[in-house]
Amino acid sequence: MKTKNILLVGVGGQGIILASKIISNTLVNAGYDVKMSEVHGMAQRGGAVTTQVRFGDKVYSPIIGKGEADILVAFEKMEAERWLEYLKPDGVAVVNDFEVYSAPILSGKNTYPENIIEDLKERVNTIVVPAGEIAEKLGNIKAQNIVMTGSMVKHIGLENLEWDKSLETFVKPKYLELNKKAFSEGLKV
Amino acid sequence: MKQLLTGNEAAARGAYEAGVTVAAAYPGTPSTEILEEVSKYKEIYSEWAPNEKVSVEVVVGASIGGARSLAAMKHVGMNVAADPMFTFAYLGVNGGCVLITADDPGLHSSQNEQDNRYFALHAKMPLIEPSDSQETKDFIKEAYDVSEKYDVPVLFRMTTRICHSKSLVEFSDRKEVGVREYSRNISKFLATPASCRRHHVELEEKLERMEEYSNETFLNREEMHSTEIGIITSGVSYNYAREVFGEDASYLKLGFTYPIPKQKILNFAKKVKKIYVIEENDPYLETQIKAMGIDVIGKEKIPVTGELNPDIISSSLLGKESNKIAANPDKIVARPPTLCSGCPHRGFFYEMSKLKNTVITGDIGCYTLGSAEPLNAMDTVICMGAGISAAHGFAKAFEKGNRKSKIFGVVGDSTFFHSGITSLIDIVYNKSNVTTVILDNRITGMTGHQENPGTGYTLMGEPAEALDIVKIVEAIGIKHVKVINPNKLDQVKDAIKWAQEIEEPSVIITKWPCALKKFSKEDKEEFDLSLKKFQVDPEICKKCSLCTKSGCPSISFSKDKGAFIDTNTCIGCSVCAQICPFGAIKSLEVN
Repeated sequence: MKTKNILLVGVGGQGIILASKIISNTLVNAGYDVKMSEVHGMAQRGGAVTTQVRFGDKVYSPIIGKGEADILVAFEKMEAERWLEYLKPDGVAVVNDFEVYSAPILSGKNTYPENIIEDLKERVNTIVVPAGEIAEKLGNIKAQNIVMTGSMVKHIGLENLEWDKSLETFVKPKYLELNKKAFSEGLKV
Repeated sequence: MKQLLTGNEAAARGAYEAGVTVAAAYPGTPSTEILEEVSKYKEIYSEWAPNEKVSVEVVVGASIGGARSLAAMKHVGMNVAADPMFTFAYLGVNGGCVLITADDPGLHSSQNEQDNRYFALHAKMPLIEPSDSQETKDFIKEAYDVSEKYDVPVLFRMTTRICHSKSLVEFSDRKEVGVREYSRNISKFLATPASCRRHHVELEEKLERMEEYSNETFLNREEMHSTEIGIITSGVSYNYAREVFGEDASYLKLGFTYPIPKQKILNFAKKVKKIYVIEENDPYLETQIKAMGIDVIGKEKIPVTGELNPDIISSSLLGKESNKIAANPDKIVARPPTLCSGCPHRGFFYEMSKLKNTVITGDIGCYTLGSAEPLNAMDTVICMGAGISAAHGFAKAFEKGNRKSKIFGVVGDSTFFHSGITSLIDIVYNKSNVTTVILDNRITGMTGHQENPGTGYTLMGEPAEALDIVKIVEAIGIKHVKVINPNKLDQVKDAIKWAQEIEEPSVIITKWPCALKKFSKEDKEEFDLSLKKFQVDPEICKKCSLCTKSGCPSISFSKDKGAFIDTNTCIGCSVCAQICPFGAIKSLEVN
């Protein structure tokens, strides 16, 4: 098979690193060659975080260039705009309808851009996931990363892999049920 | 068993399997996790050294003493460590010794993108470059064999994308090699002019023998497909090249890159029609290959600056632009890193941001962010330790120029131990009216919370003597020292005023643990770390936006609604409440 590329983007603290661990682990268990790359140096200091997961029969480069992601999973919607150039024009953007204000917005110097979802929809196949809302309803906003993972799985067509097993490996027992629910809710979007 | 490992995890695993028994490092992105991972193997003694030079000297001693030893550092750390490296290359080893440099093309978290492969040429040390995690593990093991066979320390070069990307690794068992016998041998291990004249000659001979090895080793391999294009490459660039050219090109993939395998390169050059040299940053291979009289294409097409990726290689060599969706700049606002909510540096920099006629020389750490909007409280950042020594230089220049600005030099606790102490000695010894500020947040913060000589714990988790910064600065000869809580703005203001009035070297120590730190039992005893939350009373808020001048990411502001505090992220440092002139920010009861 041709190598497939997943690009996850968001903000430090949103659980992107954990999501990409779950994704890459599941892909490895399914027998794919996998490479994953992350940039997280400033993650805890409010900066943008991205990880890339590539899988196929044989993967060479750990990173992709512009126009190469099959699926862009944005945990924050302005980040979807920031990384849109990396998506294939016929790729899918799975976007969390969730805002995290950056420093220039917090200070009132800039305003958060309006109509991001509409703008994305005009330009690319966009799936809007109210992951924050779904996770809050399930009882913990922090589970939004797993909601997003579930939705990504559906739109890239990997539903038949052993996701529960990876959740069991990486999620603390205390939060396992919550995260399993979050995953299946994500699968529905 | 195959596992998905980062390059850093694989390097640690390689050291473990190779029978390493001593390892040392100073933290630095992207190298930090190598020693963190090594410390999980109880067969290996591992430590955080105060700086890279010390770490290399520790592993040099360990090697001479008979242990297979490892030091790891980021690229700029190798500048600090260069002194022992160059001489150790002359002397040679007893137990094998590998020095890892983790370069950062693209400057993801560094102040330059120097290409440390030149250290191999310069220090005359063999150089190994892996392309992924499996190679990292395998090549580390080979590096120890090379080190002991040729009696040299080995330079092992990784880059951010090798260190921080994951790929599958097959594990093997550890090879117990023990610790070799040692007996005094001053003609070998005591560097004097007489011995080193001889050592230099011997080293040149070793390099000749290593060139033979370079031509034969599995680390350098040909991969023949189409002979229209031949690609000579190393490190992560191999994977990028492979991605772009696939089987439309043949490859000479180099893992042992000093001395370069000249015969192998000549043979490869004869088999292909056109040669590209694909490497990140400097034309390290290209220059040497061109010097052999081989016509290759490299940096005239591939950028010297920044990180490579398949996209850049494709557009610069094939003229192929990827089909992509254009960005919409109207929908994107920058997301720069900021000091975290509750960061103990905030109170200090907030007060500094109000000063006029002041020079603030900064240093490397989270507190470099004191330079950013809205604090803008920094003039310079150069390297570890320069926060103090550059302040001294400023003072001397200003004296000569008859300028009367107050000069503050700012460093963190770990940076102070790293190379600030000698700088402070210079200030005292050569008398400059500088105020040194040591931002002691009880941890090495920026690299992700490593212990340091001031925290009371070692890398291996054992309790240790916690160095007392006050006693150190007093012992150096500083007569004016103040320790303050940086979350208390009145204490910060008083300390600044106090410092401005002193005509001699002075030191302010701001002491409060990093907001993200896993607090030690000593932290909990010393500081009131109970969680608090603050909120804005909209009835009292006058919408002046002064609280946003703290740059706290928990505070948002809009002209119609005024200030708002996100209680999910607020940890109650209270700096904003002290800034608010109207008393609109109040503490919430927290259970």
